[in-house]
Amino acid sequence: MASASVQINLPLPVLPAGWTAEKDFKPIGSLSHATDRNIEPVGPHFLAHARRKRHKRTFSEDDRIQAQANVKKIEDDDEGEISEPEDPLMLQREAKDWKGQDHYAVLGITRYRWRATEDQIKRAHRRKVLKHHPDKKAAKGGTEDDQFFKCIQKATEVLLDPVKRRQFDSVDEAAEVEPPTKSETKKGNFYKLWGKVFEAEGRFSRQQPVPKLGNEKSSKEEVENFYNFWYSFDSWRTFEYLDEDVPDDNENRDQKRHVERKNQNARRKKKTEDTARLRKLVDDALALDERIKLFRQQENAHKNKRRLEKEAEQKRLAEEAAKAKEEEARLQAEKEAAEKASKADSKKAKEAAKNAAKKNKRVIRGAVKDANYFHGAGDAPASQIDSALNDVDVIIAKLDNEEIAALTAKLSGAKGPDAIKQVYQEEVKQLIGAGKLKEGELKSLS
Amino acid sequence: MSAENDPAQRVAIGISFGNSYSSIGYTTGEGRAEVIANEDGDRQIPSILSYVEGEELHGGQAKTQFVRNAKNTVAYFRDFLGQEFKSIDATPCHESAHPLEHESTIAFKVRDSAEDKENEVTVSDVTTRHLKRLRNSAAYYLGKEVNAAVVTVPTNFSNAQKEALNKAAKEAGIEVLQFINEPVAAVLAYDARPEAKLADKIVVVADLGGTRSDVAVVASRGGIYSILATLHDYEVTGLKLDQVLIDYFAKEFLKKHKSAGDPREDARGLAKLKLECEAVKKALSIGTSANFSVESLVGGIDYTATINRTRYDLLGNKLFSAFSRLVLHAVEKAQLDPLDITEVILAGGNAHTPKIASTIQNAFPETTTVLAPSTSTTAINPSELSVRGASIQASLIQEFELEDITQSSHPVVTVTPHLSHAVGVLCISGDETNGVFHAIVDAETPLPVRRTAIISTPREGGDVLIKLAEGLRHIKVTKPEAKPKKEKDEDDSDDSDDDESDEEEELREKTWKVNNVLSEAAIKGVKKGGKVEVQINIGVDLGVNAIYREVGGKGGVRGIIAGGKAANGSA
Ligand SMILES: Nc1ncnc2c1ncn2[C@@H]1O[C@H](COP(=O)(O)OP(=O)(O)OP(=O)(O)O)[C@@H](O)[C@H]1O
Ligand SMILES: [Mg+2]
Repeated sequence: MASASVQINLPLPVLPAGWTAEKDFKPIGSLSHATDRNIEPVGPHFLAHARRKRHKRTFSEDDRIQAQANVKKIEDDDEGEISEPEDPLMLQREAKDWKGQDHYAVLGITRYRWRATEDQIKRAHRRKVLKHHPDKKAAKGGTEDDQFFKCIQKATEVLLDPVKRRQFDSVDEAAEVEPPTKSETKKGNFYKLWGKVFEAEGRFSRQQPVPKLGNEKSSKEEVENFYNFWYSFDSWRTFEYLDEDVPDDNENRDQKRHVERKNQNARRKKKTEDTARLRKLVDDALALDERIKLFRQQENAHKNKRRLEKEAEQKRLAEEAAKAKEEEARLQAEKEAAEKASKADSKKAKEAAKNAAKKNKRVIRGAVKDANYFHGAGDAPASQIDSALNDVDVIIAKLDNEEIAALTAKLSGAKGPDAIKQVYQEEVKQLIGAGKLKEGELKSLS
Repeated sequence: MSAENDPAQRVAIGISFGNSYSSIGYTTGEGRAEVIANEDGDRQIPSILSYVEGEELHGGQAKTQFVRNAKNTVAYFRDFLGQEFKSIDATPCHESAHPLEHESTIAFKVRDSAEDKENEVTVSDVTTRHLKRLRNSAAYYLGKEVNAAVVTVPTNFSNAQKEALNKAAKEAGIEVLQFINEPVAAVLAYDARPEAKLADKIVVVADLGGTRSDVAVVASRGGIYSILATLHDYEVTGLKLDQVLIDYFAKEFLKKHKSAGDPREDARGLAKLKLECEAVKKALSIGTSANFSVESLVGGIDYTATINRTRYDLLGNKLFSAFSRLVLHAVEKAQLDPLDITEVILAGGNAHTPKIASTIQNAFPETTTVLAPSTSTTAINPSELSVRGASIQASLIQEFELEDITQSSHPVVTVTPHLSHAVGVLCISGDETNGVFHAIVDAETPLPVRRTAIISTPREGGDVLIKLAEGLRHIKVTKPEAKPKKEKDEDDSDDSDDDESDEEEELREKTWKVNNVLSEAAIKGVKKGGKVEVQINIGVDLGVNAIYREVGGKGGVRGIIAGGKAANGSA
């Protein structure tokens, strides 16, 4: 076949590093199937094709049969669809009563109804035209009766006009699927029974596709989506097909307006009723939907589990808190006891120290007498006694209990008035060194 | 072999035989197709015969007889050929001779001789008489006897219908060399123009005739045509468009002449309306307004009026959009997207109507060329497409033996495997690391096929990788930013603001997805700025033979991908 050259301006990719193949070529996959089609035996290029294909070849009968075996069919069969039997009563309809006719029955497509495609309606129409054209009937010696033919034309006019078709479909009772009752639902298969109902109701949805009812395996999200969809259903259903005829003449304008208003009100009322009907229907389905119960149970179980866990945790926390509090109290008590004990101890020690100090002081003061009030030999005059005692008191006042105890110990080791006096003098020296006394402040010991 | 059957003695023309109109044409010595005007100067010759006192009127002259001599006027009969009475649609014949069941065929009862007697003339005889008149007109114009023809038929013309037509033609002294499909004739008419370039494309032929409309989706690959899908409709028709005007003028007339009767209820009044309305419709294809004028429309009242094109566009709108839906439906039936359609060829007389062309143009993306007089200056007259195609085909095959032609048109020759997916290479675009698919051979290309591509390389040249793959055409749809859905209030303003144009249009693009990688090959050391040539040969067994080389370079790489399919097989 003719060859042509394609120019591609996008660059080829760089060969990846490490790419190798025998003779630089690597087969990987293979082509998908081909479709056998008839090429048209027309034009100069076909002649070339035929020449090539027939060149020095004879085709066997088998070749000839085989060639057509799989070829893709292009034309539709006209007889492709089963025709529905025609009700004799329907064939006697008057065209003027077209509003009351079942347009789908007239065209023989009641098995499709609102599902019928434009194509199916057209084919059905054609089949009916071929059969019922009045000229053909007359030619066959029949009557000139063209009433049913007109019914066919009217049915087609309605069904091929999207607006008129919706008006008819809105009130096509034969397409309605009654919702099953509660007991019917209980006895049968919920999904089967209600699925049909929702499929039928879904024809009125502006939003397409309409979510499916699903089955027991549907996820919670799917089920929720489904009911949410139906609770906010946007319906194109209208009721003007049921309008009372508006008088055509221009004579009676008031009457005309009156009928129009009546129609408007009737439409609105029916629409409101329909919305309520649908809502109840969805309510009923929801109430009977086992999945909802199941999801609720699961939800409850889940909630319960969470509650129990929470309670257990709370209990644990409370227990922990109580324990902590107890421990704290215990520690506190211990501490208090210890404090109390230590307080008592220190008091005793203080007392003891005090007593010791008292005793020591007594020893110290007593030692002054032993040292003859630092008077040397002979009875010390009263003034000397006073002075000595005063000076010792000054020393005592400058000393803490430990120093007093130390002084007492030294004094007990000192024998004789001079030794005692020397101990006192050393103490005075120390106190002077520590800056607690001034030189010569204590006359008796200087 | 009789003299007429001898190719050397053959004078072959092209014939387009419609229910409403027929045309005859031939190909000049320079290879140009010409449409022949008959003795009345008509190139669109009404397919009508009428008998007046034994005299046979044909074409335009017969058509005027609808008014006075409807009973003896036979029209709209082509589709009845080779059919049983129960399967014909008698509708278009309502205002002229009615078809009757006649033995196993169909006939018309007309007074076709000077005798005062009605004869049943079969549809085959009517056809023979009609074709004879066409043949005579052609002979008169060409100055020599015509004895053969290529005749166009609708794609759904059955073998029985073709057989009946073939016989009727033979009776008329015409050897039918070949029946060719009307839409293919239209494509050929365009492709045979000297300026036409051979390109792979998908063409939709949308034919809006008088009693039917036909749509065909045709893959054109290297000058070979394959029909992918067809649709036929008998409700969207030129006659229906005429009816729209008939109703309009009848109502206008009744408004003006309240006491006069409805011209549609008077046989002559209706016939006059029909003829005048068709003329008005044609006038509106050229002018922006047209005059309607009928003497003694009904009750002796003359009626004249004017109509402008806008009015007609409005009146016909339902049918125009139904036609456009039909065309889109055919595209869908071919499992294609409007973005796949390279051209729409509008054919049939009504394609002259500007509004039909613009409706179709609006239904397709800008990338689709609509070939109609009002949308393209290079469009061929849509009424002449069939006959031109037939004439070209006649010139191509007239020197062949009939047997040879028959053998070549046999399925054993015509049935061919077609690629189910495009085959191409992966290139680099922007920062994409995966590569983008670029087709070299399109889907629906008949096998065997050879295609060559010249491909760029990276700026610096070097070693390049050539991946062959199957590509899946993918329509990428980008939705406009979703607007917050307006809450519907519960009040009663229900039908006031029905959604019309508050939806923004989504953006649709044709892209490719890689379906299946077939092979990898390397070309090493490509010069800076060099290009690589890839030649792909695909056999009927789906085996691929690929040859890669640097343009102007030495050597190259060769690879074979096994087909794994026996010749002629398919899945
Ligand atoms: N210039 C024009 N403008 C508009 N309509 C036209 C024009 N010329 C012809 N027609 C209409 O085209 C129709 C005829 O189309 P065509 O010539 O393709 O006929 P056909 O193939 O015989 O039709 P069919 O077989 O469907 O009856 C008629 O309805 C005619 O009114
Ligand atoms: Mg035609």
